[in-house]
Amino acid sequence: MTFMHKLASTAAALALTAGAALAEPALIFDLGGKFDKSFNEAAYEGAKRWAGETGGSYKEIEMQSEAQREQALRRLAESGANPVVMTGFAFGDVLNQVAPDFPGTKFAIIDMVVDQPNVRSVVFTEHEGSYLVGMMAAKASKTGTVGFIGGMDIPLIRRFGCGYAQGVKAVNPNAVIIQNMTGTTPAAWNDPVKGAELARSQKAQGADVIYAAAGGTGIGVLQAAADEGILSVGVDSNQNYMHPGKVLTSMLKRVDNAVYEAFKMGTDLQTGVQVMNLASGGVGYAMDDNNASLVSADMQAAVDAAAAEIIAGTRAVHDYMSDNSCPVN
Amino acid sequence: MALGAHLGRAGAVMDLATLIQILDSTLRLATPLLLACLAGLFSERAGVFDIGLEGKMLIAAFAAGAAAAVTGSVWLGLIAGIGASLALSAVHGVASIGFRGNQLISGVAINFLAAGLTGLIGQRWFGLGGRTPQLPEGARFGPITLPFAETLAGVPVLGPVWAELISGHTLLVYVALAAVPASWWVLYRTRFGLRLRAVGENPAAVDTAGISVARLRFGAILIAGLLCGIAGAYLATGLVAGFVKDMTAGRGFIALAALVFAKWRPWQALGACLLFGLLEAVANRYQNIEIGDFIVPVQVMQAAPYVLTVVILAGFVGRAIPPRAGGEPYVKER
Repeated sequence: MTFMHKLASTAAALALTAGAALAEPALIFDLGGKFDKSFNEAAYEGAKRWAGETGGSYKEIEMQSEAQREQALRRLAESGANPVVMTGFAFGDVLNQVAPDFPGTKFAIIDMVVDQPNVRSVVFTEHEGSYLVGMMAAKASKTGTVGFIGGMDIPLIRRFGCGYAQGVKAVNPNAVIIQNMTGTTPAAWNDPVKGAELARSQKAQGADVIYAAAGGTGIGVLQAAADEGILSVGVDSNQNYMHPGKVLTSMLKRVDNAVYEAFKMGTDLQTGVQVMNLASGGVGYAMDDNNASLVSADMQAAVDAAAAEIIAGTRAVHDYMSDNSCPVN
Repeated sequence: MALGAHLGRAGAVMDLATLIQILDSTLRLATPLLLACLAGLFSERAGVFDIGLEGKMLIAAFAAGAAAAVTGSVWLGLIAGIGASLALSAVHGVASIGFRGNQLISGVAINFLAAGLTGLIGQRWFGLGGRTPQLPEGARFGPITLPFAETLAGVPVLGPVWAELISGHTLLVYVALAAVPASWWVLYRTRFGLRLRAVGENPAAVDTAGISVARLRFGAILIAGLLCGIAGAYLATGLVAGFVKDMTAGRGFIALAALVFAKWRPWQALGACLLFGLLEAVANRYQNIEIGDFIVPVQVMQAAPYVLTVVILAGFVGRAIPPRAGGEPYVKER
């Protein structure tokens, strides 16, 4: 974590002299809000880092409802903000319509590919990060049964689950993986009560490590796991601190880096698809004081070795979204 | 569905331990439904439709979570939750009893108000995206171990049933269960209950007897507010540790469905809520259930409460007759 920061800030210091952009960049947070302890908060951290390092200012809007998406996007583009960065796959359709109307403005979208000449699409290889935490979960599990709780049942979340399952099976081919999705509507991102109940149900079936990729629902999962005396794995931001000593690790998705880089490039934003993978530090797992006692040196070595193999291309992790199926369950 | 196919082995392993775990989960999930359902029962039996159960639960969950987080006391949280819910009840009362407004519109307004207010105040207060801070141990309702849970543990069947199913819940679960006979007694064995039911059937008759219709209806909806307050507090401080935006997730509407399913009677309300809780617990436990070659997807269980309610309303299983004066503001004849 700290190493990553250092690395990034060194790179930033070098780039600083390149000169500040003329236009202010803008950031749009998806539903769930700026301080969601997870996805959007990571985006905010990236913007804050950019502002702190360059002394620049930026505009921001928090979505309050589904209906505001297009309005917010157009308003920022009309106000001259450039580039306009937005978090979340849900902006995909809207951006596809709005981007051609503002050919002089650069847009960046996270978690979705929008094929327009002035759009930068940032996608993460969540299956790789999930694979690593899956390996850790399998190594930490004493029962040989681990759990996965997803939020809304969409291919993106299945990608998390599939990568996780592959990581678990890589360590223990006989492991049982209990997978639950919270629901099929956006309400599934904000139902901690159901998340907690799903976690208790998985624990009752023998799971002793549970990975939650479920937004606000995950808070209930982590809480129930801590209450029941089993381990959990956080997602997107580092959530290890939420229950020190009870969260095995967190699958990091460096949304902050994506926003930071987009802001840094300013109006010269490089368009096209950018894949944030393990090799580029886009995904990873979190280690800090809160989980140091849970992760043995042997565990970390095995996971780091696997990470090196994935980066080198000698270990393949199947991407659920490439063919909408998962080789392991 | 490939994911689910491997999980659904419902028929294969249904031993006692599994059954107890599912029923245990049922009890936890049924508690907020039961409290909200009884709240609706009091209100609707007095002739005031209440589709604002969801909103009242939500604001109570927020108030309970926020107060418990700030004061560190779960009891102050409970009081704050009940207070917030009572305040919304009073709004409903003033609008639909005092000003004889449309009860459904007032209920919808309460739902919107609660959804908006909790997010707004939560964001201004804690700056966590409408969430309250995580509650520490003392600010939550902990599980209660009933007497003899350890002594009986060795006894077959009864031991695990007592120790794991009946014992070990939070206080509010037992409060909700106790509220069922209490509601029955109040409604059917007290003068207040008789008048309350009468005011929902024929308010003119009650008025003729010289009893204030408005006061009785106000009393009923305040009881509803109290029960919704407990339900909300249970969500935020019993089941999980803190409030999350929109955390009621439609439970108020399921409670309304349960109320229709129970045909506006307390014991049947218990049965309906336990049934709906069981459906949710089974859906949580098994993503898909395989019966022979046929796979029942999890959505079937999630939709079941609504489907069952429609079946009941359509009159397939006896008739569900709501209180006759329900939904109509009472206007004195001149």
